[in-house]
Amino acid sequence: MDTIHYLGLGFGVALTPYNLITAFCGTLIGTIVGLLPGLGPVNGVALLIPIAFALGLPPETALILLAAVYLGCEYGGRISSILLNIPGEASAVMTTLDGYPLAQQGKAGIALSISAWSSFIGGTIATIGVVLFAPLLAKWAVAFGPAEYFVLMVFAITCLAGMADNKPLKTAMAALIGLALSCVGIDSNSGVYRFTFGTLGLADGIQFIVLVLGLFSISEILVLLERTHHGHRAVKTTGRMLFNLKEGAFVLATNLRSGVVGFVLGVLPGAGATLASAVAYMSEKRMASKDNQFGKGDLRGLAAPETANSGAACGSMVPMLTLGVPGSGTTAVMLGALTLYNITPGPMLFQNQPEVVWGLIASLFVANVMLLVMNVPMVRIFTRILAVPTWALVPAIAIVTSIGVYAVHSTTFDLFLMIGIGVCGYILRKLDYSLSAVLLGFILGGVMEDNLRRALSLSNGELSILWGSPITLAVWALVGLMLAYPIFRAVRARKSAQLLIAD
Amino acid sequence: MKTVTLSKFLPLACALMLGSVNAQAGEPSRPECIAPSKPGGGFDMTCKLAQAGLKDHHLLDSPMRVTYMPGGIGAVAYNAIAANRRDESGTLIAFSGASLLNLALGKYGRYDENSVQWLTTIGTDYGTLAVREDSPFKTLDDVIQALKKDPKSITVGGGGSIGGQGWAKIALLAKAAGVDPRELRYAAFEGGAEHYMALMGKHVDLVTGSASEIRAQRGNKIRALVVYSEERLPGELASVPTAKEQGYDIQWPLIRGYYMGPEVKQEDLDWWKAAFAKLQSSEEFQQYLQDRDVLPLNVTGQALNDLVKKQVEDYRKLGEEFGLVAE
Repeated sequence: MDTIHYLGLGFGVALTPYNLITAFCGTLIGTIVGLLPGLGPVNGVALLIPIAFALGLPPETALILLAAVYLGCEYGGRISSILLNIPGEASAVMTTLDGYPLAQQGKAGIALSISAWSSFIGGTIATIGVVLFAPLLAKWAVAFGPAEYFVLMVFAITCLAGMADNKPLKTAMAALIGLALSCVGIDSNSGVYRFTFGTLGLADGIQFIVLVLGLFSISEILVLLERTHHGHRAVKTTGRMLFNLKEGAFVLATNLRSGVVGFVLGVLPGAGATLASAVAYMSEKRMASKDNQFGKGDLRGLAAPETANSGAACGSMVPMLTLGVPGSGTTAVMLGALTLYNITPGPMLFQNQPEVVWGLIASLFVANVMLLVMNVPMVRIFTRILAVPTWALVPAIAIVTSIGVYAVHSTTFDLFLMIGIGVCGYILRKLDYSLSAVLLGFILGGVMEDNLRRALSLSNGELSILWGSPITLAVWALVGLMLAYPIFRAVRARKSAQLLIAD
Repeated sequence: MKTVTLSKFLPLACALMLGSVNAQAGEPSRPECIAPSKPGGGFDMTCKLAQAGLKDHHLLDSPMRVTYMPGGIGAVAYNAIAANRRDESGTLIAFSGASLLNLALGKYGRYDENSVQWLTTIGTDYGTLAVREDSPFKTLDDVIQALKKDPKSITVGGGGSIGGQGWAKIALLAKAAGVDPRELRYAAFEGGAEHYMALMGKHVDLVTGSASEIRAQRGNKIRALVVYSEERLPGELASVPTAKEQGYDIQWPLIRGYYMGPEVKQEDLDWWKAAFAKLQSSEEFQQYLQDRDVLPLNVTGQALNDLVKKQVEDYRKLGEEFGLVAE
């Protein structure tokens, strides 16, 4: 019953008018920052820390502000994915797959509102998870060593194969391009520069933000220009702004499953939110009946990644609070902020400063509710973006994208690289390659390589470390299941077809 | 002719006007601290210390911006300053021992330690080795004996690649044990705290780190075996013995500080030095540093140049010994 007592204490902190206003400002700023392609939660939080500090906010208020900004960015990130096909950050890549087609069909309002709703459910499930299982989950996070991470990435890549549909070869090629790109830069194991061609601009590899904005934003600009040239008009904005009860019920099971997936994977430091949204999307797609519309605007395909990445965002607070280890880039920045306030996160935090921890947890609930309430009326405003004529939209995207890239790393090299990648992205798009597969290959490939090499350096080259623990075995079993399931389904489909003929 | 004088005069007039607005005489305009990394982590922290310290002690009127320029553990920022942004009087760049190590190993491209002006240090940290609380290793000697018997018997995790900071701390130990560092089972984790998680999850037996990291991990079930400082550290880590006490002469300090562009004028450099000297003389700021796991260290001017040169030289020798210097 301690938990309830502490949670009450937390709400006492979070619901003071001052903290409520702070949370509101945070969610609003976060949504706007997240909306801008290129600026994600890391930047939002990093920008606000000096402000929070300068305003002399007490630690719990500052933490509430930062958490609200974090969640707000995750909310805002989906807006450009859905409306413009430009994911603002890694975890929003999957959102483009079904979100953008929905917007193209004139259902932007429904897509936005249902994704807000999904984010809300994901966030809520994960926050409840944090309340109930935080200390237990710390153990789960620690149990994941290099070998376990590697196998998990194998699982994720197997899931990726589900994206293949009717063009498995092209998807595989795209993923391989992503894997190849992830090899650029300093080799984390030996410290050798790889494929940098003597440019220090590539020393840390290709920055994710440069790749994503090049592939999606620049190529989208080129596509828009091409359409204008052909005299094609942009999409009309029609239809309802809010999803109805039937649509809500249709995605509810997806929401619940993906929320749990998101939370559990979000707790693992590293690829958290991106991995979670990819796994949630793919498993929902496999589970869906044969006549699904995944990839062409299925509501479940939108709900799954959105629920999962919000869940993961909340889940990534667990290792930060319980172990003092950042679960994501954003929580790393938040950890820095805590140090400025002279608070040491870790197991002692729950005992020494419960008002900070529980205030934060309670404010996650509050921020989630606020975001939902704030986002739904704003859907109408956001969908106006679609009504912007191409001649105004293209320069605007170009400017915001360039600022995003430049502001983050302050080098012009990245701008040129982004444009180069953008042109390649446009060509790939014309050849009908999946750009999301390139991105996922890039993200997962990096983590996968690092962990494989870590595992093998630890085992002195023995491959057996890759199936040496119960967790690795369990994940391998899941991989097997993922591979076997389509075969099983094909066999069953053939059998029932034979039965039909026999009848 | 007239236009020339006017154009010469105008900035001066503006500067004078700005100067009269600023209470701090000669304060460089647009103060900025570049953290040559992503947000979060040591460089960011170093910049934040300057930002908060100078503001709280009213040594700087205009707000200091912190910007991020990641790439090659400081290489990208170092090159930007040495090549293009040579005379920006308001721009400080954070550096650490890791920057000097990479500089020494030739990873900063064509520039060497003489390409920038070293401003001041703000603090220092020291290398450590840590194990789980229930580990059979109780002293540094236990580890060395185990390494002597079989260098592959211990799995080690550290932040950074082979040849980097994390690795050097165990390589020095291996050298003391008379073992080839290449024989070690070392896994490179991302900086920060990932290797401590691997330690807690029993994926590695020993981790290399630093005193501030150990303090950040308090509450987790880990135990520091050694600190690579000359004397025992003050405060919480006073119970951790130095390597010297345990019979091995290994030291691994990790200084933190700031440098500036090569063409920044002497008077601006002096202004910053004076500001940091005032800041560092404040008791309150000393405490502030210690609370944030940084041990105060104020070296500046020629002494800092000598220190930097010496460290780079030491690192270079070490790199040659281990065959790490890039051509």
